[in-house]
Formats: sequence, structure tokens, C-alpha cells
Amino acid sequence: MAKKLNMRKRYELLTRGLGWEPTYQPKDKVFAQEAYEGIKITDWSKWEDPFRLTVDAYWKYQAEKDKKLYAVMDSFAQNNAHLNLADASYVNALKLFIQGVSPLEYAAHRNFARLARQLSGEGAQIACQMQSIDELRHAQTQIHTISHYNKHFHGMHDPFHMFDRVWYLSVPKSYFDDASSAGPFEFITSVSFSFEYLLTNLLFVPFMSGAAYNGDMATVTFGFSAQSDESRHMTLGLEIIKFLLEQHEDNLPIVQGWIDKHFWRAYRLLGLVAMMQDYFLPESPMSWKEGWQIYFVENAGALFNDLGRYGLQMPKYHEIATAEADHISHQIFGTFYNYIHAAAFNLGLPSEAKMNWLSEKYPDTFDKYYRPRMEMWAQMEKEGKRFFNMGLPQLCQVCQIPMCFTEIAKDDPMQVSYRVSEYEGEKFHTCSDGCKTIFDHEPEKYVNAWLPVHQIFQGNCGGAAVPDVLNWYHFHPEDGGDYVGSADEARWKAMKGEAAAEAPKTSQADAA
Amino acid sequence: MAVKSIHGEYPSVFMDSVDRFHGNQLVYIGWDNHTSICTANAYPLPPDMPFGALTEAVLPSVCGPHPDFPLIEWSKVEWLLDGEAFTPEMGKSLKDNGVGHKSLIRFKTPGLNGYKGTGN
Amino acid sequence: MSEHKVFMIFQNTADAQPFISAFEQENPRATLDYQPGMVRIEGLGELGITQAVVSELAGRDVNLQELHLTLISLSGNIDEDDDYFRITRH
Repeated sequence: MAKKLNMRKRYELLTRGLGWEPTYQPKDKVFAQEAYEGIKITDWSKWEDPFRLTVDAYWKYQAEKDKKLYAVMDSFAQNNAHLNLADASYVNALKLFIQGVSPLEYAAHRNFARLARQLSGEGAQIACQMQSIDELRHAQTQIHTISHYNKHFHGMHDPFHMFDRVWYLSVPKSYFDDASSAGPFEFITSVSFSFEYLLTNLLFVPFMSGAAYNGDMATVTFGFSAQSDESRHMTLGLEIIKFLLEQHEDNLPIVQGWIDKHFWRAYRLLGLVAMMQDYFLPESPMSWKEGWQIYFVENAGALFNDLGRYGLQMPKYHEIATAEADHISHQIFGTFYNYIHAAAFNLGLPSEAKMNWLSEKYPDTFDKYYRPRMEMWAQMEKEGKRFFNMGLPQLCQVCQIPMCFTEIAKDDPMQVSYRVSEYEGEKFHTCSDGCKTIFDHEPEKYVNAWLPVHQIFQGNCGGAAVPDVLNWYHFHPEDGGDYVGSADEARWKAMKGEAAAEAPKTSQADAA
Repeated sequence: MAVKSIHGEYPSVFMDSVDRFHGNQLVYIGWDNHTSICTANAYPLPPDMPFGALTEAVLPSVCGPHPDFPLIEWSKVEWLLDGEAFTPEMGKSLKDNGVGHKSLIRFKTPGLNGYKGTGN
Repeated sequence: MSEHKVFMIFQNTADAQPFISAFEQENPRATLDYQPGMVRIEGLGELGITQAVVSELAGRDVNLQELHLTLISLSGNIDEDDDYFRITRH
């Protein structure tokens, strides 16, 4: 009787065994994107598979996960479980997610399909192909999960349209477009390593633990279901870096440069998550600063210690990112407070209880620098003069975030950080040394940026007035503005009121 | 040129060249130490607009609601144009004051340092 | 064996229990941290489980790759075959 093949052997036959050397066309024509970035691969056979899932195992486990996830979603819908949310203001975290994150999942799906085609090593092809399907799964399951909330609350009706146009969504969009328009090795360093390995916990943990703490069991279930895929993605990210660095010493400076660039870009993007984590959650499990300490300072520290043997160093400007952990959530919140009339979600000034939590979590900065603005704004609201910024902000040419960041590293946290570069006679403004360095390295790329504020002024966004632009974004009037007084708040009160009215009827029936 | 391309030159399109703004130019204006206004603001302005129109019409629309704004004595304001100290001539145009496309103007109001002096 | 941290995070569910218990049993120096809905298993240098122990705990023949169903996150380099699963950091 034939001996059963072990996992390694089965995997080898179903992956390496399916590859071949092309003879009808030159190999470098079949795999035309592999060389131009300057990366040198001498021997693909040295690729160590991060996971060994054959296709049959992949389908089996993914089908099982989907079955369980959709059962929970059905149950959630049947039981109107959105009524168990701590408060409807929590839903704004989901609005930010479906608008700003789900389209990235779809873009990742497209790009990993590209990589599965463009990388010539079979092991890498298989891993990228599975990731492409995973990412499509994530986009789909997020849409399905959040579609339940779309039935009851505003702002979630047209996320993909918004993603391509809206001023704050150009932040995630430009991050991913930057990687998508790069070659396959830069893409995989950016997304698989910098984002999916180094920083993934700073995206997922805030949203998923935020969901758990606020009664959103549908999102929690989605989150756990997706995370089991993410662990495969993380190991792919780590493996690609090790592989590239082991293949040729010339790869080290290129890879280090990409890690420096994409760490900073991803970190800037995560500023939106920091705001959500500290300001959007009625019940807050953890502050941005705490999460940064655990998931970056400690975790990344250990990782780069490990990778040090290849000559790799911690990403450039990481100390600034760590110093900014005390500030960015407040600064980004402040920016959205200014412009919430032009957003497709609600927010509001933090309650006294929330401000006390912020004081406790940010003992060095909140009371000194940020509580005063909350007091001022609260006073203005009380006087019927709620402050809205009636202009449009200066955006950073690279990260495309409004330039609200300040000179933390120079110990001047109330001084906006301005950087500028001249390229072919035109000025380009950036928010930080990190973004300026990125611009200066590849100015040809960043002059192409579609900056929403400038596009509005060029007349390319539906019209000159804000309502025209919001219309072009497919916003509805109920989508933005303060939570207090919003359509969502009114719906929530009505929902809770109706539930309360039901209760006495039931107890009468019990008594009968 | 560090950006890599597969075929020939990397295609660069200057998406914010001045000719795209229908006769206007982009000007950024930020009020130092007033971070509750979060950023400098961007404005599409005619190059021939008198500088004084900034203090009289443009800035009040955005910065007006701040409690410090009505207290500003414009003669005591300190200005920076593209990183250099400068004294604007209010009657002259932006262009003649040296304010070009995508210039950054910063102004400081000594003694007025944000809400309760906190920089907000 | 290094002193660098490695960890596995599982959903805290019945399906994950045999894996969680196996990590606890086979890695005496590991610590378990229970958070809402999940368990974080942390070790220094290495964490590993065997198919034999997981199956015994589950009361049936377990395929170690079933851990994909309940795994949330991990940190470390993976080394696996049919009879073992291990993460290490040197």
C-alpha cells in the first residue's frame, strides 16, 4: 500500500510540481515586471512557504469560516441585534470602515492577483493567489456585515463611489494607489510587510475590540473570521522580506527604502483609526497611545531585532511616530470637528466622562493642549455658534491629510509643521519630514496626486459650492454633521423608544 | 530620478499647475498658535487681488469665529511669506507682494496665542 | 532559544479550546492572557504544539491546520508539518 505523503510533500507536488520553464517565449517577457525595480532574485527555489495550504484544504477551511460567519450574520439580522449597541454613535466607526477600509480590501484583491501573475516563483504565486481570494472575501464579508447597518443608519450607501472622490478618503486611496502603481516587489513590501505584518494590529484591534466593547457582535464575528486569513498574510509579508534579503545583498538598500517609505505612509493613514479609537467609541477598550506601545514599540521592536541580522533597521522617522502617539488622535479629531459638515459620518465633542478617560490615557498632553479647545468649542455650541471651518484645508502632497500635524519632535506641539519642496518651478507642501522625504525621493510620482481640495478649486468636483461637491460625492444631507441632532440619533431614540413600549405588553401577556 | 518605470520616462502630469485654476492661483494661509482651526486653509485667489482683501474678506470667513479674531490689530501682525519674514503692502496685489501660486502665508498675532493662550 | 516574544491569539471558543490547551500543556513557560472574545498565548523564543496532544484533548483525530478556523493573529516564524506546529523567534 502506498505510504501517505506528509504535508510538505503534498504541498510541494501541488505547487512546485505545477510550475514549468517557458520555452515559447523568453522568461523575462512572460514575467515582465520582475526586474525593473532593481530587485535581484537568483534562486526562487529558496522560497520558504509561509503556510502550506493545498487548494483543497484552503477551500475546506474558508468554506467552514464563511458558513459560520453567515450564520451569525443571519442571526444578527433576525434578532435586530443592532439594538444591542451601546449607542448608535458607535456606528460612525463602521461608516469610516466601509468608506475607507473595505475599498482597500478590494484593491488588495486586484493587486495580489497581479502579483500571482507577475512573480515567477510558484510558492509566491500560490500564496498571492490565495491572498487575492482572501481579500475579495474580506471586501464581500465586510459589505455583507455592514449592509445590515446600512438598512438602519446613514452614510453607508455608496462607499466605493465615495472612496474615489471624497477628501478624507483620498488618504487611504492615495496610500494604496501609491503601492498599486509601484512594481510587484515594492507593492508586496508595502502591503504584505509594512501594512499586513508591521502595522496590521493597529488597524484591526481598534475596530474589532471597539466592536466587542460596544455590542456589535456582527463585526466582531467578521473580524475574527478575517483575522484567521490575516495571520497567513502576515507570514507572507515576513517571508517575502526575508527571501528578498537573503537572495542578494543589493536588495537591502532597496527594501530598506521601501520599508521606510511605506511605514510612514501607513502610519499617517492610521491617524484616522487613532481618531476613531479615541473619540468614536462610547465604550473604549484601549487608547491609540496604548495600542501603539504594544503593537508597534514592543512588537515591531522585537521584529526588527530579529531582522537585524539581514542589516535591516527600524523604519526611518519611527521615533517621531512614537512621539506623536500622544497627539495625533486629538489633532485628527480636531480636523474632523472643523469639517464634519462635509463628511459622511457624525461626530461630537467628547462627554465629560470621555474627556476624563482621555486625561487618564494622555496625562502629558490632553489637559494641557486639547481639553482647552473642547471647552472653547462647547462654549461656542452653547451660544448657538458651533464652529465650522467654512474654508478648505491645506493638504499634504503625499499623505493627503489636512496639514494638522505639529512640531512634536521640536517640542512645539502647538506649531503646525510645514515643509515645502520645489520641483520644476512649482512648490509642493508636505506635513512632516517623513512625507517630505518621500516626495523628494520620487517627485515625478507625487506631482500626479489628485488632491481633493485642489480638484474642487479646479471645478472638477461637481461645482463651486460645498453642497454641489457633497452631491457629487453622493452624500445625503443626513450623512454628516454632529451626532447630537442627527437623523441617526433620532432613529436610535425612536428604536429604543419602541422597544421600551413593547416590554409592558409582554409582561401583561406573561401574567395572563 | 529615483522613480522606476518599465518603459521610458515615468509619466508626470502636474495636476495642480496654475493654468488649471481658471485665472486664480492657490494660496495657503495659516494663523500660527491657533490650532483649533487645525490647518492653514487653501484659497483660489486672483493674483491681482489686493493683499488687504485677505484681512478684510478672506480670513474673516474662516478665522472670524475664533474669539481672538476680533481682537487682532493688523498693524502689529507678523507675517511670513514662504518661510521668510515679510511686510505686506495692503494696497498692492498678491502678485506684486510676491505671493505666487502655492505660496504659503503664515501670520502671528503677538499677545493673542489662542484660546486662553493655549495655542488653540 | 531566544528571549524574544512570540505569540498566538485564538478566538476563545469551544473549537479553539483543544489548541489553546495544547499550547498551555506543551509550553510550560507560556502565559495566557484572556481578553474579550480571545486568548493571547505568549512565549519566549518558541511556542509549539503536536498533533498527538491536540487530538487527545479534542477526543478525535485533529488536523492541525484546523487552527486556521480560530486563529486571530500570530507573531513569529512558522514551522509546520502534519504532526507539529511551531512558531519561533531567534
